[in-house]
Amino acid sequence: MSTTNLIATVDALPGLDPSAPPLAVENLQVEFRTDIGVAKVVNGVTFSVSAGETLAILGESGCGKSVTAQAIMGILDTPPGFVTGGEIRYRGVDLLKLSEQQRRVVRANKIAMIFQDALSALNPVFTVGFQLGELFRKHRGMSRADARKRSIELLDMVKIPAAKDRVSDFPHQFSGGMRQRVMIAMALALDPEVLIADEPTTALDVTVQAQVMQLLAELQAERNMGLILITHDMGVVADVADRISVMYAGRVVEEAPVYDIYANPAHPYTKALLESIPRVDLKGQQLRAIGGLPPALTNLPPGCSFAPRCRYAQDVCRQSPAPQLHTVSPSRGARCHFWQEVIGDE
Amino acid sequence: MSDVVLETRDLVKHFPLTKGILFKKQVGAVRAVDGISITLRKGETLGIVGESGCGKSTLAKLLVGLEKPTAGSIVIQGRDTSRLSPAETRRARRNLQLVMQDPYTSLNPRMTVGDIVGEPFEIHTDVIPKSGRRTRVKELLDLVGLNPDHINRYPHQFSGGQRQRIGIARALAVNPEIILCDEPVSALDVSVQAQVVNLLQKLQKELGLSYIFIAHDLSVVRHIANRVGVMYLGKIVEFGSETEIYDHPNHPYTQALLSAVPVPDPTLRGQRAQIVLEGDVPSPANPPSGCRFRTRCWKAQDLCSREEPALIVRDGLGHPSACHFAEERDVTHAVL
Repeated sequence: MSTTNLIATVDALPGLDPSAPPLAVENLQVEFRTDIGVAKVVNGVTFSVSAGETLAILGESGCGKSVTAQAIMGILDTPPGFVTGGEIRYRGVDLLKLSEQQRRVVRANKIAMIFQDALSALNPVFTVGFQLGELFRKHRGMSRADARKRSIELLDMVKIPAAKDRVSDFPHQFSGGMRQRVMIAMALALDPEVLIADEPTTALDVTVQAQVMQLLAELQAERNMGLILITHDMGVVADVADRISVMYAGRVVEEAPVYDIYANPAHPYTKALLESIPRVDLKGQQLRAIGGLPPALTNLPPGCSFAPRCRYAQDVCRQSPAPQLHTVSPSRGARCHFWQEVIGDE
Repeated sequence: MSDVVLETRDLVKHFPLTKGILFKKQVGAVRAVDGISITLRKGETLGIVGESGCGKSTLAKLLVGLEKPTAGSIVIQGRDTSRLSPAETRRARRNLQLVMQDPYTSLNPRMTVGDIVGEPFEIHTDVIPKSGRRTRVKELLDLVGLNPDHINRYPHQFSGGQRQRIGIARALAVNPEIILCDEPVSALDVSVQAQVVNLLQKLQKELGLSYIFIAHDLSVVRHIANRVGVMYLGKIVEFGSETEIYDHPNHPYTQALLSAVPVPDPTLRGQRAQIVLEGDVPSPANPPSGCRFRTRCWKAQDLCSREEPALIVRDGLGHPSACHFAEERDVTHAVL
């Protein structure tokens, strides 16, 4: 089947509902089957992002935020990773039920992703022009010359100076910030409705980070695109996100609009994170460190995963089942038995 | 001043660039560190901040003696390290220990924690008699918040934060007065970062240590440092107390750097000055003439390309900055 036909099939998929959000994840379960046991890496994650909105997924290493992104894109390493339950819906269509061919079309045209390490995400033996052009040749059936023209336009769009000359350069000839721009150009080449950015600026210096975040924000506004920003940096999140989902040990423990969560966290983990970071604009008091470590995912404690490190924890927290997502307000939820206490505390 | 424990004078490190295989001809030099003078006082923390490639890690290597300076001198407790005999150098170095960035690669995976932390005693044999070493290692582990019973474990059995504690224990083994921390928390998760920062502060108070804290994370440096130097392309462009640098920055680069650091408070969104620099850092092999920051600076004029600005206190300003047009501007707080 030719590509254009495939796009047409995806646009005419049964159940496709243009009014549904461009991306909704429901009760997603991902397991890693390893030699030392089954790790529940993603354990019932639910969120959705609408057009023009920025959703931040915040968490520390090992909390499952990147695996969630990989599962959405269908690029999970299988084995050991398996999606064992839940739904990932693009405008109402469950991607997990599509054929690999159909998913491939969705992946490039509707949902795209950029990665933390642009150098290893780009192929070192092809010019950036070739790699960008490949998208247009394979997905749009363009000729080499046309694809090259479009590649130059894209490099211009992400503000790479002298795009005409740089299009024939190899990835190693670009600086870190420039490489990330190339990645952004590649992700946006086919006008996706949702962009997933997995730690897009973690490997960059702060001044370059500011450039890249500004560029992302401009492009998002221009295209009214949904953005999922996966990060551990509470500063970046405060600057750009509309809503936040905080993940801990494979679960979303709190979700809320950005202003609410910073002003008044409802989950002890969110609260502890906010208290443990130094700020550039204040000479702070002693940092309130979170004691202990995140639990091993192969051996999660019964009840709430954060209970062993939590200063609010009581006996009920250490017993199954894990706390439900309590409704804090119509737009907020927290997975904590004592959220009222947490939110009331200074 | 008597309370100065470490001083560098016009410290320079150039790495030669050569051409040819048999007859290597020097065709240039990477000017990684290009004239740095700093002083560290007893009991204080001196922060050095800058972006990648600014020479901060080369500075660290020079200070601990892993690289030989091209020019300039390092004075540790009144003794110029370049004029010491090898034995004296070793003794002088005992006073300055290093905590490294990556706790995963800076510990030998085949050695037990006890051997790692006790290894400095094999070089500095007179610190403690052989019979007392194991007890001392246990004390050190306890001091950094590790279980002394884990002395026979291997590095892989510890988490990142715990490994960094092992690195700190090793640095403390020979009772140094100065600890050089090169990006000690940047490989750690936020919640663990705070544990290690708190530990460093506690140890400083208890043992009267002086720290040189090199990092790219400006928020962490503000939290821990008393005085701060901002580096750009091998030079210090601004130097001052923590409040002077963060609340009253004078150099345009410092201002751009600070304005780029996101603040974890959404209510400040759009309220802070935002200076987004164009382009990338120039190559240290071929730095711009005059002021090295001029290629990215919005204030640059002809003078900047002709004359290199010195790091001096300028009229009406409270602390030294290397800019002809230095001027105070608050970029960290809400001002718009």
